Amino acid sequence: MSVKNVIRHSGWICWKDLLEFSRSKLRLIMLVLMPLFMMVMVGFIFPSGSTISDTPIALVNNDTGTLGSSFVTQLETINNQTGMMDLRSAQDFNDIKTKLQNNDINGGIIIPENFSSDIRSGKQGLITIVIDQSNPQMSLTIQAVLTKTIEAMGKQTAIYNMNSTFHVSIATATSMVTPYTVESKGIVPGEPNYFQFVAPGIIAMVVMMALMTGLPHAISYEKDIGTLDGMLAAPINRLSIILGKVMAQTVRGMIQGFIILILAVVLFGVVIEGNILLVIFLILLTVFSFVGLGILITSFTDKEETATMVMMTLMFPMMFLSGVFFPLQQMPWYMQGIAKFLPLTYATTALRKVMVLGADITAVWSDVLILVGFGIILLAIAVPMFQRAMSK
Amino acid sequence: MIRMETENTQTTHQFKCPHCGTIGGYIGKPGERLIVTCVACNSKGRITIPGATQPQSTNGNAIEITHLRKLFGDFPAVDDVSFVVKKGEIFGLLGPNGAGKSTIIRMLCTLTRPTQGTASVAGYDIIKQAGKVRQHIGLVSEKMIMYDELTARENLKLFGKLYNLPNELLHKRIDELLSFVRMEKWADHRINTFSTGMKQRINVIRALVNQPEILYLDEPTLGLDPQSTAEIRELTKRINAEHGTTIILTTHIMFEAEALCKRIGIIDHGKIVALDSPANLKKLISGTDVTTFEIEIANLEPQMITAVQSLSSVKSLVQEDPSHLLVRTTGDDAFDNIIDTLRKKNATVRMVKNLEPSLEDVFLHLTGREAREKVSENNTSNARPRHGPGRRRAKRIR
Repeated sequence: MSVKNVIRHSGWICWKDLLEFSRSKLRLIMLVLMPLFMMVMVGFIFPSGSTISDTPIALVNNDTGTLGSSFVTQLETINNQTGMMDLRSAQDFNDIKTKLQNNDINGGIIIPENFSSDIRSGKQGLITIVIDQSNPQMSLTIQAVLTKTIEAMGKQTAIYNMNSTFHVSIATATSMVTPYTVESKGIVPGEPNYFQFVAPGIIAMVVMMALMTGLPHAISYEKDIGTLDGMLAAPINRLSIILGKVMAQTVRGMIQGFIILILAVVLFGVVIEGNILLVIFLILLTVFSFVGLGILITSFTDKEETATMVMMTLMFPMMFLSGVFFPLQQMPWYMQGIAKFLPLTYATTALRKVMVLGADITAVWSDVLILVGFGIILLAIAVPMFQRAMSK
Repeated sequence: MIRMETENTQTTHQFKCPHCGTIGGYIGKPGERLIVTCVACNSKGRITIPGATQPQSTNGNAIEITHLRKLFGDFPAVDDVSFVVKKGEIFGLLGPNGAGKSTIIRMLCTLTRPTQGTASVAGYDIIKQAGKVRQHIGLVSEKMIMYDELTARENLKLFGKLYNLPNELLHKRIDELLSFVRMEKWADHRINTFSTGMKQRINVIRALVNQPEILYLDEPTLGLDPQSTAEIRELTKRINAEHGTTIILTTHIMFEAEALCKRIGIIDHGKIVALDSPANLKKLISGTDVTTFEIEIANLEPQMITAVQSLSSVKSLVQEDPSHLLVRTTGDDAFDNIIDTLRKKNATVRMVKNLEPSLEDVFLHLTGREAREKVSENNTSNARPRHGPGRRRAKRIR
């Protein structure tokens, strides 16, 4: 049987699968909804940056002097401009504790009794920030924001004091109080944002998911309902069947990948810096690197249910260990080691380089080679297994 | 108009040039691939002459099975089966569920590899020439081979394409097949809008899309209502008569086998226990003591049935209606025993009729006690535990 025939037959099987798919309205709706949910979900459940808004914070002013109240006034003025906090008053530390336990507030600020007297006597005025230990992500953010704000307020006060006490100009006072200033500059325009980080990974992941869940489903389902026998009894190569299924699932995955791409650009302000053709090539390469695994699982699972279970078990670790949602560098060394054996890691890295940093093929060629390697090795194992499984 | 570059001249088929659209006739052996030149635009192209190639065997057998055996683990689903199916006949494989009928069909369709032995289908070996075999067969399996979301026409088109039928021929074939089962009006409706009977008609013609020499019908009337069952049986006859297709039919319904098949192989526990025409099979028991009585009792009561059933000479008993019993017996004294028993129970016997032997009698005779004993004799050399769904019935008969 010629290669041309294998491809022609697989084309018809792909046509059949897609036609079947397009006939189900619910499946079509899900095709669009799934990437939408995915994008909205990961976009909003993970904190994007270090800003907070309208976060309830309790404020305790125990200061007996006047500096405490002027600090509060200053904080309120800043807060009115930024809208970071929803400031509420509280009695003391224990009051804050109760309110934190009741989940009424996310943190607290305490100005101690001797705040004014300490400053007046030439010491530093201490301000305590109370954090919620049950919510590490939030407390980190609050801690950072409040520290930064209070420090800025302190500098502001220092500059004002220098200006009024020693009659130095505001500019000189500023350069004396804060001699260093920092400016962040990316290699491509725009602020770093979480969507920008996560979109390439999600595209790679969704394409992988479509293939990994769709392929075993498509084959074992047809085995279960008996239609696979019709194809096996026809004079076609077994490879045509799997190739046709792969093509159909790839089209499905690509459609979802593109929906994410469009959503990311239109709704979440993601900018694709690199060549879009390179992006498509990388997505197709991702498919190629996974196909073998999908076929392998299809070959040794007899029932649809088993296939789905095996897929889920493999897919979840891959999703979380491949740096789709969290940077690999944050993980302990052994986890990073595992990630090195997952093709999704390389797909995500390469896509991210191209989409976010505008890299060209020379920057990702090593990822490309590794993905090709994964694809070839997995297929070399999977195809003979599949041929054997189909002629039991 | 078109010059062709081959000497084989058996059939002429029309092909449309993909470049200029000129239709030309090309001559070649069915199934042959040719490189042809279109005279109108001079472009070269490759075509495949449609239709089945001539089978290699010339001895008039569509299928020859030799010592076919299939083990599932230790369990022999098919146990040393040999038989031939003649070209153009409807051959029946009759047996209870789990007897091995479907496994034989699956091996003949190249879907399952035999553990031992082989078979030739349309002159090709099912193991070495599986690809060739597949070109000449059509399969109607127990489960329908159709996609519910697709229309009847789309289903036929898909499978036609898998057999490399060129578009024009395929469209013609699809229309012919649809009108063959009077489903033209439903051609573009989805399968999931059809009744089971309609589905099965499409399922059968789907297996005919490649004009197979041999058609396998594996329990084609299973789960159909009486009307659809009759339709499918009629269709089976018409396919055989009008297309000359050799048909292997598996069934567990005696009547179906008797009504359709020229020859019947009775299969039980993976073995062929008898193979002949229905008439000859019935002759098998004419010399034996298997007799079926139809008994009419005016005051039929459950306790009478129980009493008759408990007689050793009674092999089976069916109550046909409130006053009629159908009793299958062995032994010369069976009639006397039944009448005595019924008298004791004060039954008013209105009529007793000795019925002609039916295929059902043959089947019970062969797969019942005597056949069992023969089987156990054969198996004393290898003490292999026998299991399978057929066993339960055998026990009851004992």
